Amino acid sequence: MEHERRRDTLTVYLSGELDHCCAQSIRRELDHLISDSSVRHLVLDMKQMGFMDSSGIGVILGRYRAMHQRGGTVSVKNMNPQVHRIFILSGMQQVIRIM
Amino acid sequence: MQIINQMKLEFLSIPENEGFARVAVSAFAVQLDPTLDMLADIKTAVSEAVTNAIVHGYAENMGVVSISASLFENGLLSVSVADRGRGIDDIPQAMQPFFTTQPEKERSGMGFSVMQTFMDRVTVESVPGEGTTVRMEKKLKEA
Repeated sequence: MEHERRRDTLTVYLSGELDHCCAQSIRRELDHLISDSSVRHLVLDMKQMGFMDSSGIGVILGRYRAMHQRGGTVSVKNMNPQVHRIFILSGMQQVIRIM
Repeated sequence: MQIINQMKLEFLSIPENEGFARVAVSAFAVQLDPTLDMLADIKTAVSEAVTNAIVHGYAENMGVVSISASLFENGLLSVSVADRGRGIDDIPQAMQPFFTTQPEKERSGMGFSVMQTFMDRVTVESVPGEGTTVRMEKKLKEA
């Protein structure tokens, strides 16, 4: 999973598809990356992600809870229209910033 | 309403088949010349229904998920996703946004809401102990 660290911000470049099948491995990789407690802000760049269903909502909200507990934030960027619709439908924009 | 094409698909309830199922149904629907947005809607709704069959219908057990899809002369796509799993005790409750029986697995409880948003019509039939059938319709072009 490609990622880039700048001070306390970690940007993760998600690619491929985020469904129930892939959710567990993506969750595990993200949790590993944010296990470094000096990461305060997690940015999920979805430019290369072609598909997401509601399993992705669970993955993103789960990481939000972890970051929120340590006073951090989660943001998303470059969502395609399909992913954006699911994002809005779930109300995630109330806690997760769209960049 | 005249059927112009029909297909049936059966596969084991393993997560690797979620991608296969949504791509197969959207490829079948291409015959009605839908927009790319419509195809994305179909893929998403089918993915949700198949995931429900695998995660909730069969849970820890292995079973067969059946999909049948029909294309109609008036531009309608009809898709059924069926399992012979444990069924749903309370369908209205299961269809409520954010309702999930598996919060510890980070299930969002948004599956049916996504299906209802992305398709024109969604109906659910379920008998506890016998299985669940989700029927979805979407108009892909005007007749």
